[in-house]
Amino acid sequence: MLLENLALTAEQQVASPTVDLHSLDTLWFQVAGTVCNLACSHCFISCSPTNHTHEHMPLSQVEEALAEAVELGVKEYYFTGGEPFLNREMEAILEATLRVGPATVLTNGLLLDPERCRRLAAMAKASDYSLDLRISLDGYSAEANDPIRGEGTFARILEGARNAAAAGLNPVMTVTEVHQENASAEGRLRFLDLLRERGIERPRLKVLPVFQIGAEAERSGAYETWQQLGESDAPEGSWDHLQCSSCRMVTDQGVWVCPILVNEPGGRMGERLADTLGGFELDHQACWTCHVHGVSCRT
Amino acid sequence: MSQRIVEAEQAKKRRTAKNKLTAHRGMATWGEKLVPLGDFRRVVQEHGQTLSAEHRRGAVRDFLHPTGDPTPVEGPYSRVAVFGGVYNNSHGLSALIEDATRRGAEAIYCLGDLGGFGPNPEKVWPLLEEGGVRSIQGNYEESLATGREDCNCGYADPRDNYFAEISYRYTAQHCSDAFKRWMGTLPRRRRLRVGDRELLLVHGSPRRINEFLFQSATPVPFLEVLLDQEGCDGLLCTHTGLHWHRRLPSGRDVVNVGVIGRPANDGRTEVWYSILSEAGDDIEVELVPLAYDHEALAREMRAEELPREFVETILTGWWTTCLEILPANERAASRF
Ligand code: SF4
Ligand code: SF4
Repeated sequence: MLLENLALTAEQQVASPTVDLHSLDTLWFQVAGTVCNLACSHCFISCSPTNHTHEHMPLSQVEEALAEAVELGVKEYYFTGGEPFLNREMEAILEATLRVGPATVLTNGLLLDPERCRRLAAMAKASDYSLDLRISLDGYSAEANDPIRGEGTFARILEGARNAAAAGLNPVMTVTEVHQENASAEGRLRFLDLLRERGIERPRLKVLPVFQIGAEAERSGAYETWQQLGESDAPEGSWDHLQCSSCRMVTDQGVWVCPILVNEPGGRMGERLADTLGGFELDHQACWTCHVHGVSCRT
Repeated sequence: MSQRIVEAEQAKKRRTAKNKLTAHRGMATWGEKLVPLGDFRRVVQEHGQTLSAEHRRGAVRDFLHPTGDPTPVEGPYSRVAVFGGVYNNSHGLSALIEDATRRGAEAIYCLGDLGGFGPNPEKVWPLLEEGGVRSIQGNYEESLATGREDCNCGYADPRDNYFAEISYRYTAQHCSDAFKRWMGTLPRRRRLRVGDRELLLVHGSPRRINEFLFQSATPVPFLEVLLDQEGCDGLLCTHTGLHWHRRLPSGRDVVNVGVIGRPANDGRTEVWYSILSEAGDDIEVELVPLAYDHEALAREMRAEELPREFVETILTGWWTTCLEILPANERAASRF
């Protein structure tokens, strides 16, 4: 295979603007690599049980990055994969993190059994900082969710959410905007009702846009070529609304600019956090979606 | 569609689902393409930089450079009162000025967000002037003074934004142009000395007027770096509506001074502000609950036909809106 051809895409031939890192507020960990117990059709980094593009991170590697993060004044930590709880050291990793700051885990909920939820709740209670779980769903019914996430997943995800809520870890349900109705007020209210019916008293919900890369590109057709950023697109001359102006992503293979570009070698910025404090050229088409939808990781 | 076509479709779906589970064996996903795992790993190592230990130290030092804030320092005082978030609550503001004066505050500071939530915004202005309150701009003042369409509170949830819009529209319509212009003249930050401590006063955070600093989501290492960069011995902020105080390992203080416009989501009708006093070469921080005529406020809100949800908060002490922005711990402590 000719790797050179893959590396040189059309949008790299026009000058792309550079976004500076104004502060390192959000540190992501690709803690389970690209390994997942599901293979959702919209997964923007195409995770699956056999996708080892990125591997699980050992506790020691996370601790190394945490030590750097403390010195750099990081404000919040996010854990993703793949499915983070597939990592055998995940609970130790969270414990280490909660000593230095708040942690959010993006999970599909399948591994949230009552025992684990109780341990996580105890860990959260022992910390000064919040532990937030964000559980992903794709609709308010099995009919909407299961064709995307896999057969039977709707019931299992809600079970995980209920276990978390019962242990006192009120999770945030994140719904990807695959179906139009998820974004609408009515779909949203129906969904909240469903969560209440399932015993989650104070449901929390966040709606996310879809990225047209990875598996999602096959599902809905990839980006048009005009969807790329130029200097003049910066609102008031600044890129501070993009998360790459305040985040980095650590994986088993080094430090990347953001959680979205971990499957693009060009997204890798260095070995350690200190190598990656400079600017990043917005030369990927996913940057366009980021810019237009105002993607942020905050719950 | 005939039954047979439906079945064929379903079988195809199942096959694709199964393929997905095994498709990546020995391969890496490079954007939309599959490439041999070894190729991906090799190309990845060619991207990004690996600095020497010395250059890393230099990079971190440059990144954490001091802001060099030229804001003049007021004081010194031995005791000050600091509050935020009036939210049009003139009843709370009168009670605060009286209480702070009684407790011997030599100066009273307001960290912004004069409007929103409550009734009759214009009533607040003369009280601030007569009480000699020194204010900075919150996102509300910035938005009203510049004619923004929204309050820029920074909520992400549609229901939270719906209520935020009602508040903002009401406040914008009931504020005189003179008051709005005055808001625009307020500084974005102040510095003041209490005893020998130099304190930085901001609305949200030193970086952003609408940044939320919640106790359970604002870690110690982050604050130490922030205070190093700002070159101050203490940081006072508001914006979230929830008060807290943390003494850092370095001995410096960070205080979210609270708001006097609505209760702190704790089931009490009191609102909260802060008193900072000189204590030898140290500083004492007190978070003070303040009772005021909340029933009179509720009556006024009803008369102005403000949302029932807002009135309920004033009467019960529990928030009914702005809940989706709360981190897990703060959310767990709420009723709704
Ligand atoms: S979307 Fe989440 S749950 Fe689904 S395959 Fe990707 S990482 Fe796994
Ligand atoms: S995908 Fe988004 S966050 Fe990542 S580099 Fe591009 S603009 Fe920044």
